[in-house]
Amino acid sequence: MPTVTYAGHDVIVNDEGFFTDPSRWREEMAPEIAKAAGIDELTPRHWQVITFMRDQYRVKGTGPTVRVLGKTSGVGVKELYQLFPRGPAKTAARIAGIPKPRGCI
Amino acid sequence: MTASIEKVSIIVSKGSLEGIYPGLIMANGARAEGIEASMFFTFFGLDAVSRKRHEHIKVATVGNPGLHVATLIGSLPGMPGLMTSYLERKLEKLDIPPIPEFIEMIADSGAGIYGCQASCDLFGLTKDDLIDQVQAIITVGEFYSLAAGGQIIFT
Repeated sequence: MPTVTYAGHDVIVNDEGFFTDPSRWREEMAPEIAKAAGIDELTPRHWQVITFMRDQYRVKGTGPTVRVLGKTSGVGVKELYQLFPRGPAKTAARIAGIPKPRGCI
Repeated sequence: MTASIEKVSIIVSKGSLEGIYPGLIMANGARAEGIEASMFFTFFGLDAVSRKRHEHIKVATVGNPGLHVATLIGSLPGMPGLMTSYLERKLEKLDIPPIPEFIEMIADSGAGIYGCQASCDLFGLTKDDLIDQVQAIITVGEFYSLAAGGQIIFT
């Protein structure tokens, strides 16, 4: 699996760019991961979602679905797709350094 | 990089719960992966976007061998409602939304929602009879233009 450097730290990611070890993630890495995922600038609204993803992962061991994000992160589904056009749950999980949520919804 | 799908157009032609959900799950799943998606509701599939019917979609309890309920029992009064609420509870546990909420979510994800012109003519429906998420009632030709360059999935 590839090793990439974010904010001066080497991390191992899988073929889709997701961290294999979420504990290696640091906040200062997020803007660089976001750029690699096609998002040029992280706004406070992006951060609200990213922080929520990390919190959910800590509690549940998996990232939330778009439905859960839309209902409980404080950012609705429409805005989620504006912030993360290539898929909110997937892109936000990647930027938050947690595994890609696996599920059909 | 391996091959990727950039765009899907999903046709929903059936009006039963089990006829509608697969198309919704595929459209929502496409958007979640960043794939462009649109949905085209035709024939009884229009019930999924009909103001009058979208909250009352039922499982087919007759003529549905996969359900493993004898036809005579499936035809008893109240059976469709009973089986539907049983399945709805199971779907909710899996975080799969009810049909009206699901379609709203898919529309919010940026997917296009369309009704079929020929079916609307057949059933005497106008845009006012369809939920707000329906962007337009379109002809089959317009559907093909919209679908151009992507994959078409018929359900």
